[in-house]
Amino acid sequence: MYLRSDERGPEMSNRLALRIALFGGLAVVLLVVLFVRLWLLQVVSGEKYLAEANNNRSREFRVHAPRGSILDRNGKVLVENRTSLALQVDPGKLPPRAPRRRAELAQLAELTHSSPDRVRKLMHEQLKLAPSAPVTLRRDVGHYLVYYLQENQDRFPGVEVQRVFVRRYPQGTLAAHLVGSVGEVSEEELKEPRYRGLEPGDEVGKDGVEYTYDRYLRGRPGMTRIQVDAFGEPTAHGQLVSRPPVPGDNLKLSIDSDVQAAGEAALSARGLPGGFVTMDVHSGEILGLGSFPTFDPSVFTRPMTQSQVDALYRDPVSAPLTDRAIAGLYPTGSTFKLITAMAALESGTITTSTPIFDGGSLTVGGESFQNAGGAAYGTLTLVPALQVSSDVFFYTLGLEMWDTGDLQRWAHKLGIGRPTGIDLPGAATGLLPSQGWRNRLFKEGETERPWSAGDNIQLATGQGDLQTNPLQMAIAYATVANGGTVVTPHVGLQVDDAAGRVVKEFDPPSRRHVHVDPEYRAAILEGLHEAAQAPGGTSYAVFGGFPVPVAGKTGTAQRVGHADQSWYIVLAPYPNPRIVTAVTIEEGGFGAESAAPAALQILEAYFNKHTSGPAGPNGGSPG
Amino acid sequence: MYATRTRQARPEPFAVRPGIAERLGLPYMDGALALSAIVLAAFGVFTLAQATLHDVPGNPYYYVDRQAIYAVLGVAGMYLLTRVDYSRFRELRVGVYTFLCVSISLVFVFGFAARGSRRAFELPFFSFQPSELGKLLLVLALAGFVIDGARRGSDRQRTVRYLCLGLAPAALVFLQPDLGTALVLAVITLAVMYVGGVRWTHFATIGAALVTLVAIVLVVAPAVGTPILKGYQQQRLTSFLHPSEDPSDAGYQQNQAKIAIGSGGKTGRGDRATQTRLDFVPERHTDFIFAVIGERYGFVGAALVLSLYALLIWRALRIVTLSKNSYGTLVAGGIAAMLLFQVFVNVGMNLGIMPITGVPLPLLSYGGSSVLATFLAVGVLQSIHMQARLSQKGRFAW
Repeated sequence: MYLRSDERGPEMSNRLALRIALFGGLAVVLLVVLFVRLWLLQVVSGEKYLAEANNNRSREFRVHAPRGSILDRNGKVLVENRTSLALQVDPGKLPPRAPRRRAELAQLAELTHSSPDRVRKLMHEQLKLAPSAPVTLRRDVGHYLVYYLQENQDRFPGVEVQRVFVRRYPQGTLAAHLVGSVGEVSEEELKEPRYRGLEPGDEVGKDGVEYTYDRYLRGRPGMTRIQVDAFGEPTAHGQLVSRPPVPGDNLKLSIDSDVQAAGEAALSARGLPGGFVTMDVHSGEILGLGSFPTFDPSVFTRPMTQSQVDALYRDPVSAPLTDRAIAGLYPTGSTFKLITAMAALESGTITTSTPIFDGGSLTVGGESFQNAGGAAYGTLTLVPALQVSSDVFFYTLGLEMWDTGDLQRWAHKLGIGRPTGIDLPGAATGLLPSQGWRNRLFKEGETERPWSAGDNIQLATGQGDLQTNPLQMAIAYATVANGGTVVTPHVGLQVDDAAGRVVKEFDPPSRRHVHVDPEYRAAILEGLHEAAQAPGGTSYAVFGGFPVPVAGKTGTAQRVGHADQSWYIVLAPYPNPRIVTAVTIEEGGFGAESAAPAALQILEAYFNKHTSGPAGPNGGSPG
Repeated sequence: MYATRTRQARPEPFAVRPGIAERLGLPYMDGALALSAIVLAAFGVFTLAQATLHDVPGNPYYYVDRQAIYAVLGVAGMYLLTRVDYSRFRELRVGVYTFLCVSISLVFVFGFAARGSRRAFELPFFSFQPSELGKLLLVLALAGFVIDGARRGSDRQRTVRYLCLGLAPAALVFLQPDLGTALVLAVITLAVMYVGGVRWTHFATIGAALVTLVAIVLVVAPAVGTPILKGYQQQRLTSFLHPSEDPSDAGYQQNQAKIAIGSGGKTGRGDRATQTRLDFVPERHTDFIFAVIGERYGFVGAALVLSLYALLIWRALRIVTLSKNSYGTLVAGGIAAMLLFQVFVNVGMNLGIMPITGVPLPLLSYGGSSVLATFLAVGVLQSIHMQARLSQKGRFAW
């Protein structure tokens, strides 16, 4: 030890000097470390930290934009908005300690008549999507609950009540399949380009025109950026930026509510699953399109009960969410004969005056094909064959064209088994059986026999493997009726902004043109007219007394495992049709039995409006 | 009187009556030391005035008033100590040490609890935290014991004795619990022993023991289920290694302090500061006041503060070398180490390179006891300086 005496002089021992020098050295090093660190933070990375600080203290609130309304062609409101109070939880403001947080969530679950597990699951799913966005626990909370929460705010940190917009359906279930539903954008959807710029919690159309025209209806959410403190509480005078929301544009549909309502009423009166479509044959505008059973679209705006979920999703027979008019896959029965007739005429297989003998049955390769009801009509040309719906006449055409592909070519041209281009999601493509199709299946071992004449004979009368739906058939009929234009069916007519200015009109160009000889068209329409309104016609009993001349064809399709399916397709007015209506009713029996009366109800609704004036949907006369 | 007698023994040539400065002892003081301490305290009050305006509803100057009163008291105390011969404390070492231990212990009985920790007495107008003054008292007493015991026992015995003397109050403070002050007391003990000449090999042994202890406290003890540190203490100590986004987490606080300082940039954000104004940085008037300075006044302000501390520590180290006796050397060394450790740990914690230990920033952090004790420590340094100057002139203080 160097300490000899307390009275040592100012000169220090060398060892002490060394220790003090080291001490000083340490001080220098430590202070230099602080200075360097300070320099790095403030001068080198200052910008970065400033940005972080700014990001820290500001918080964006999305202000939801009201979705546009959906109207029918006459301006009748099909879908609009109502405001609702939604109970939301901001996960960032919940108590940080787990037991308290659990207790609060359990209490909220009780208040919203939910279970803690369900609340936790909701929160968990939402937090995965957007870690900081508030989670909506329940919409349409009552005022009492809101008051209760406001009075006990300190007991429910992080709970807020927000005004949100909810879809409202003033016409009830009318056009439910068409308008579709809305819901919160999903994680998968957010990755799609059509939803660019959206955030979790935003609502998008999930089905129907809500889906197709989502980008017009959606509007643009507004944004408020405010300054908040560390607890996320807004500070006084802290509004930094504000952008008001832009309400969605209103969508006007080509639907005529009266036609739509008549079609839905006609189907529901029969009480059997089915679908209908009424379309302008020239423009492709759809005046009515529906399916039965239907559903109440407003169930999607509220939490569903298990029985509601079961009814919507778990019943394969009624399948109320399926739009049978566009997604059905059915054989068509005799309504297909228009297509067979076109194919036979245009391919030169027959002329309008070629006589064919109907002896009640046709036997091919040991297999006998009978007329329905065991009838035998003798020698027929095309027009009477259509009038009485002679099966043997068309079996013969099917047999003659069995390996030429003409029937398939014309069915394909008229749109059977191919996309229609309709502006609704979920439309089925269908299946047009052909030689190539069946032979390929046979080669792959998926069927027991190759294509035969019998297949074509079946197809000629709309039986067998054919799978199509009212929309495709309506397009085929419209194409013949309008002289060869394959229209693009559409329900969207026009988009207006909130101020009523037209933003966009939809007039999709026709898909393609098909050569339809006017003579053949006239013969076919005459045959259908006789069938509907001449004594002895297949649907004379239904349409004989209808004041407007029409051309209509019944169909009775045989479906394996089902009773016969009833079809009716009608063009009106004859001879220059403006509209086509196709109706199908599962297990509805003969065409004239259920589908034809349903079609009559629709036409009555349409012509009640349109007999007094000259105007059709387009106001023009057909070409 | 001692001083009078000397003056008579060595009469001035022109028998000039001493000037006012002479009589106040100003020429014998370390002006830079006093100035740096006073400027730092003033800067602290100024910063508090700007940063805590809205903290106490209805009383915008709650913190400022209290801090200013303590600063003034501190300056007065500093001056008084300047005029006292520090060597008296060596004679009083046993009394000082006893007072130190008793006052810390009494906190357990009479102290009031703040955030789960009993550290201070609640007096009618203010609270007093004995452990803050205890830092200075430990320096004064321990230095005395080291000088006194220099000739008794073997080197090893002496080392163990000093360690026990120093770590006893540290342990008491640790139990309050106040980890930060306990660490400061431990560092003071080591510094006094270091300047007192304890062998390097002993320090090596102490270092090894320390590493083992840290390993046990942080790793082994929690693993076997008998944690020594409280959960928040352990979290704070290790959180600077892994900054976190969780606001309830200590790492988050440190990250926010770092953002605050960084966002200050070169010249600071002034009243547009948000990090420290909107509660992102916790404890901004005490442990994280350096973050407030960094954000408000930028590199210019923060570097100025650091420079003032560098000046303070340099002057303290200089006084270590000037002291007229070994006791003064040890005391000055202990105070210098105390200041250096506190500044480095606190500023390092603000800058995100040291763990959160609850060590206040001397003279700047809000807290009367701390400000007062630091000024008194500076006063002791002044006293050492003054005695050295007077003895150089062949004179002694009164």
